Amino acid sequence: MSDLRAFRPLVPGTQPEYDADVYGSTKFRAPKQQLLQVPTSLTEATGPQFSPSRYPSIIDISKVESGEAQGQRIVVEGQVTDEDGRPVPHTMIEIWQANSTGRYHHDGDQHDAPLDPHFQGAGRVFTDENGMYRYISIKPGAYPWRNHHNAWRPNHIHYSLFGPGFATRLITQMYFDGDPLLKYDPIYMCIADAGSRERLVAGFDLDLTMPEWALGYRFNIVLRGRNATPFEDSNDHGDH
Amino acid sequence: MSITTASQTIGPYWHLLPFEGWNDLTRFGATGDVITITGRITDGTGAAAGDCCVEIWQPRPEVENFDGFGRAATDKDGGFSFTTLRPEPVPGVHGRLGNVQQAPHVGLTIMARGLMKALQTRIYFEGDAGHDQDPVLNLIEDPARRATLVAKKTGAAAYHLDIVLQGAGETVFFAI
Ligand SMILES: [Fe+2]
Repeated sequence: MSDLRAFRPLVPGTQPEYDADVYGSTKFRAPKQQLLQVPTSLTEATGPQFSPSRYPSIIDISKVESGEAQGQRIVVEGQVTDEDGRPVPHTMIEIWQANSTGRYHHDGDQHDAPLDPHFQGAGRVFTDENGMYRYISIKPGAYPWRNHHNAWRPNHIHYSLFGPGFATRLITQMYFDGDPLLKYDPIYMCIADAGSRERLVAGFDLDLTMPEWALGYRFNIVLRGRNATPFEDSNDHGDH
Repeated sequence: MSITTASQTIGPYWHLLPFEGWNDLTRFGATGDVITITGRITDGTGAAAGDCCVEIWQPRPEVENFDGFGRAATDKDGGFSFTTLRPEPVPGVHGRLGNVQQAPHVGLTIMARGLMKALQTRIYFEGDAGHDQDPVLNLIEDPARRATLVAKKTGAAAYHLDIVLQGAGETVFFAI
């Protein structure tokens, strides 16, 4: 039996707005109309479920068959929970990133930095029964973009998560502790709430670090939590 | 209580994720009433949005080898296409909207450079019964805006929806 409880509304200020002047590409893509608040039904409360049998894991993207990627090897571990701290088990996480020089293995990326024949830059992992995930990669380089004069993206790894429902779909980016570019980055800075920004920054973790092999970073992710009772319609607040 | 992790844009390089073939929801062997859904996404200037990640989700039908999920990339002209099984009506919503069954639809998620958060909406299908009673369509008072969620029938089993991210004819997007 599917869990049909609605998801709680997001806390104001903790998510970026669509319209963000500092990020130029939002100008003609951010919707101008107010979003339509819709109730949660089967379509929103449930969502696609993935299994490694059809979507095989790619846990170590620091190498390909022909050899090892250049750069600082890292291991990233974390837990995926909901807002009530309950682990989100067996959920798929997709990651993608630039190589150590700050270049994506993508035709659209013409940044003058070398491609690495041993780095493709995409992985896929599943959380275990406790919501824990782990993968191995190399630390991505910073790269320039044309948003404004001398604009550079801080080092980051892109994340895609589905969670239990259509309404829990999340695309985000993981940043690295101590990166001096963070405070100049419109994509990071357009989240109003400082705490919500800081939670996108992975901390260095000596316990995760593997001797003579890889630096460890911890990055936990929180997906939306559900209302306490089934069919509680978040729309109803203030209506009666 | 913890706070949900902040969304960030999917950016222009998301194609490093797999998507080729993922727009065919019958790829694992599901059989049934196969339909195609095409669409085209444009921005506030009328230009094609050629780098979007488009996903659909449908909880019905519940048949073997069908997980109800597909992903497509928009091409240079903003176009995308899915092959899937015809969605069925799904149970309605309790509460103030009554428990009226919902007309067949698929959930649609659009992610792109310039979108700090995913956009979510639904695609309904021209000619299906139940649009007049549908509890979600009926939340939209303006018939022109309601029509932004209804794909035009272009063949016996083919549908097309134009999606406008911003401005005149802007598609109705959801907060869920
Ligand atoms: Fe990036």
